[in-house]
Amino acid sequence: MSSSDQQEPQAVRPIEVLYCQICTFPPEYCEFGSSLTRCKEWLQGARPQLFEKYYSDEALQSKIGTLSLEAQAKLEKDTAKKEAKAEAKADAALKKKMASQVSIKRIERNKRKHVTAIHGLEAFDIDLKKAAKFLAQKFATGASVTKNAQGQDEIVVQGDVSDDVLELMEGGAGPLKGVPADNVVIIEEKKKKASE
Amino acid sequence: MFKKFTPSTDIAGQTPPKSSVQRSIRAAVLQQWKIGPETLEEIWPKKESLIHVKCREHISIYSVQSVPLFFQHFDGPFYPTLRLLHRYPSILPKVGVDRGAIRFLLAGAPMMCPGLTSAGGYLPPSEEALPKGTAVAVHAEGKEHAVGIGITELSTEDMRKLNKDVAVEIVTYLGDDLWALQNL
Repeated sequence: MSSSDQQEPQAVRPIEVLYCQICTFPPEYCEFGSSLTRCKEWLQGARPQLFEKYYSDEALQSKIGTLSLEAQAKLEKDTAKKEAKAEAKADAALKKKMASQVSIKRIERNKRKHVTAIHGLEAFDIDLKKAAKFLAQKFATGASVTKNAQGQDEIVVQGDVSDDVLELMEGGAGPLKGVPADNVVIIEEKKKKASE
Repeated sequence: MFKKFTPSTDIAGQTPPKSSVQRSIRAAVLQQWKIGPETLEEIWPKKESLIHVKCREHISIYSVQSVPLFFQHFDGPFYPTLRLLHRYPSILPKVGVDRGAIRFLLAGAPMMCPGLTSAGGYLPPSEEALPKGTAVAVHAEGKEHAVGIGITELSTEDMRKLNKDVAVEIVTYLGDDLWALQNL
């Protein structure tokens, strides 16, 4: 705030801060994140000078600074552990995603009329609202996001469109992108007969 | 404060406050931060309306053009978001922690006195001593940018004297859920 005394006061210029594309931290903090190896790779490619500044032997030496040797060793061990953990977690999440199923259910409403309930889309990062809107437009019917009996969100489309929905998912149309076709199942549900 | 924060469940509503309220917020920010009206104008132009994002537990986040700028807990001081602080580091007074404490800070732990008073730490000199309850930018040894924002639990003089217990309570830090929230 030195230049603000003379003439008209000037606004202070903001500092442009570079953030790591991998872990979103400023690159000097990548070492505390859980993806150091990938962060290093990215920085080396994107900003070689900065990489030199943060990860050269000299920098590593001076960084140890006031820390004792054991503490430093422990820190490094922790970082490695954290990284392995984060990787395992990401792997598990991916596996779970690949294993989760999307069910398209045809529900009989009365003899000739059906609704189609699509369940399990949120596991594939699909915006349910947008998908419902898309389906409604596609089939020119009503489609909405509702909670089913288990309290989970699902899309309910009016009319029997289960085959068309399956086709759309295989084609990866619009907001329905990213669902592997093998994970989609079609289920038919007959209305329970009312006690006669 | 933001260690666990899920926008879909924790945000109650978004409303633009009345212009008179906006004026008082502007005045409060100018008074609490080391910032000139011109600089604030850059961050938050008068024409842009402020959006008040109400969250659980009396947290209010204020955003301009859906970018969160600062937040407040109940009637407490205004804290800038860490991204804003990185761009304008001079708005909050600084304290520094040593390298050993960074790891704990990034897990959201409050900062203890010894971390600030040790060789790697930094406390403002006695002439510029900070009272209890001041919002501070927490910097780290050997790093350029702030890692967190906190509120002092003791005056900086007491930190030196007692050298024990919690010195700075951390409200937001690098990698918490507010950091992940780039747009509202």
